[in-house]
Amino acid sequence: MPEPSKISICGGRLIDPANGIDAQRDVHIAEGKILQIGAQPLGFHPDLRIDARDQILCPGFIDLCARLGEPGAEHKATIASETQAAAASGITILCCPPDTQPVIDTPAVAQLIAQRAERLGKSRVIPAGALTQGLQGKQLSEMAALKAAGCPILSQGDAPLRNMQVARNALEYAATFELSVMLRPQDADLHNRGCAHEGQVSARLGLPGIPEAAETVALARDLALAEQTGARIHIRGLSCGRSVEMIADAQARGLPVTADVSLHQLFFTEEHLLGFDSNYHLDPPLRSLADREALRQGLAQGVIGALCSDHRPHEADAKLAPFPSTEPGISSLETLLPLSLRLAEEGGIPLSRILEALTRVPAQILGCAGGDLTPGQPADLCIFDPKRRWKVDAAHWHSQGRNTPFWGKALRGRVTWTLGKGRILWKDPHEA
Amino acid sequence: MNPGPVQQLDAQGRLRHFLSLEGLPRELLVEILDQTEGFLRVARQTVKKVPICRGKVVANLFFETSTRTRTTFELAAKRLSADVLNLNISTSATAKGESLLDTLRNLEAMHLDLFVVRHRDTGAAHFIAQHLPPHVSVINAGDGRHAHPTQALLDLFTIRQHKGDFSNLCVAIVGDILHSRVARSQLLALNSLGVGELRLIAPRTLLPSHPEALGARVFHDLQEGIRDADVIIALRLQRERMQGALLPSAREYFHCFGLTEAQLSAAKPDAIVLHPGPINRGVEMDSQVADGPRSVILEQVSNGIAVRMAVISRCIGTQNAREHHA
Repeated sequence: MPEPSKISICGGRLIDPANGIDAQRDVHIAEGKILQIGAQPLGFHPDLRIDARDQILCPGFIDLCARLGEPGAEHKATIASETQAAAASGITILCCPPDTQPVIDTPAVAQLIAQRAERLGKSRVIPAGALTQGLQGKQLSEMAALKAAGCPILSQGDAPLRNMQVARNALEYAATFELSVMLRPQDADLHNRGCAHEGQVSARLGLPGIPEAAETVALARDLALAEQTGARIHIRGLSCGRSVEMIADAQARGLPVTADVSLHQLFFTEEHLLGFDSNYHLDPPLRSLADREALRQGLAQGVIGALCSDHRPHEADAKLAPFPSTEPGISSLETLLPLSLRLAEEGGIPLSRILEALTRVPAQILGCAGGDLTPGQPADLCIFDPKRRWKVDAAHWHSQGRNTPFWGKALRGRVTWTLGKGRILWKDPHEA
Repeated sequence: MNPGPVQQLDAQGRLRHFLSLEGLPRELLVEILDQTEGFLRVARQTVKKVPICRGKVVANLFFETSTRTRTTFELAAKRLSADVLNLNISTSATAKGESLLDTLRNLEAMHLDLFVVRHRDTGAAHFIAQHLPPHVSVINAGDGRHAHPTQALLDLFTIRQHKGDFSNLCVAIVGDILHSRVARSQLLALNSLGVGELRLIAPRTLLPSHPEALGARVFHDLQEGIRDADVIIALRLQRERMQGALLPSAREYFHCFGLTEAQLSAAKPDAIVLHPGPINRGVEMDSQVADGPRSVILEQVSNGIAVRMAVISRCIGTQNAREHHA
């Protein structure tokens, strides 16, 4: 069957936060773009009509941080496996951090990743370029070249940037080329190879702790440098309640600062470490209940603009060791939607706000198209059944990484269709 | 994929593994202490052996070097008539790049009955228990900063020998609480037995961020902390703490937190002093205290063998009961 070029999606509830729409509306697509919202245009005959009754339709999700394993860690995951997982999860664009092997500090590596994803024809991958060469924190990367190669944003990944003069210059130089910089607030020395939040639970279990100050000290530095340089920064992966106040304060003073939180930080806390389950070994670590509540509020109020999967797929062995010796991270692309829906339900945050944090805001941070369903925009969208229950098991899972605390459990909310530039990236096998 | 949390007790409440004192009922701890009394007598017999674990194989699986703990476990198992295998993994398999899980699988194939494990990682004993077949028991001989439950039991036993009832006792623990698995297990043990008052004495760099989670009062002044204490436990201070900018020098530590006769005058006149060993003389305490009348440090060592006999025999006893049932 040839690819349908004209599609109508009918009967669904459309949530398009960028355009302030939350209502039943049909969406019509032609030539890979949104043609019209609402009534079918005169003389428009779709090749495909998708019945979206009892389902929700929204812009495709844009994930600010997902590790794909490739290049360099193909035993963990590949661009093929993870873009397939992303497509099945309603994600149309994902941004991968530069800490691959080799590091994304040359146009060749950036293009290799983006092009491989493009050839596979699933979700698009936007590579984040390295802020410094080899992520060594010493010499600036060739930022102009990286920008030309398709990196709209630069980052250090998880690598520390200890030298503040280098950090300052990196921000200045990035701003020269209107590049945003994504920073993970973590002071490497205060982190001190810890593996748990320094708090009640680490005190009891004797797990090496990571103090709150590992985040707030680095964040204070990053905000001060942003103020000094005027560079646009995005703070990746908050874990402390205090950080939310610091970001709110910086935003109130007009600094061009955005922030995101990894979805699992809004569900789990340090208490989950009590059984030494290595699936809860995360970095930044799961912190206190008070932190979790503050992060939820920060998201609700928009101080934390974006939600992120912080997807880190691992091979089984990476998690099969005593807790401190395991690798941190969750394979989390495929739980993005179910957890987002649960957040709306139990966290009291409006679904439209949550979807905005997954669509419009990350699109703005990356400066890419997508993130809204305005006529003329690329038809990047997903349709999901918010009520459908599915089991996290081999039959439903696409990511090569099975490191999730939800393995074997039932979740609610399943993506039925994902469209990227009007092409079908994913169609649930149950769909007619 | 993950086998789920380990249960230390079987459905009948019998001890399968001895990994941590967390969640173990007080009655069980008291039973083990009572049993220890009996095993202490074995050491005084001319034939220092009982046939309780004949035909069973106990493996000492030490990923971290240890002399005292390993030796006392070995003696304990031998006095129970078990065969003992000593494996110093720190110098063999893992050094060659073998993963912990592979090491375990290999040992599993040797049909061993009980593992005594020590590992530098917090949670390692739980991990090992989780990945061995259910008929194999695991005793934690120290995992990271987490737990060293037989050490805590032998301390309890020693305190009970000297002081009897716990409910009126004031116990002060001095030293590096932050990095100490011994302290964490002692706190659980003493709280479980309903000790009257528990105190921690240390500079803030050697305390966990939330000491209240451990159920003790915190003091930064040694004199204040040991005032009217019945029992004082000094912890070992690793030399590397000076490198990590946690302490300026051993000298200053001894000056502020080292036990001397003069300092001890604040404690009750009949106060006893414990130390898990090995002692750094002139750091945690001076020789006058270590070798003095209050010190029960060498008794701790003898008691350690008997306590470990009690724990090993209980785990093996649980295995035997299951076999009979099956």
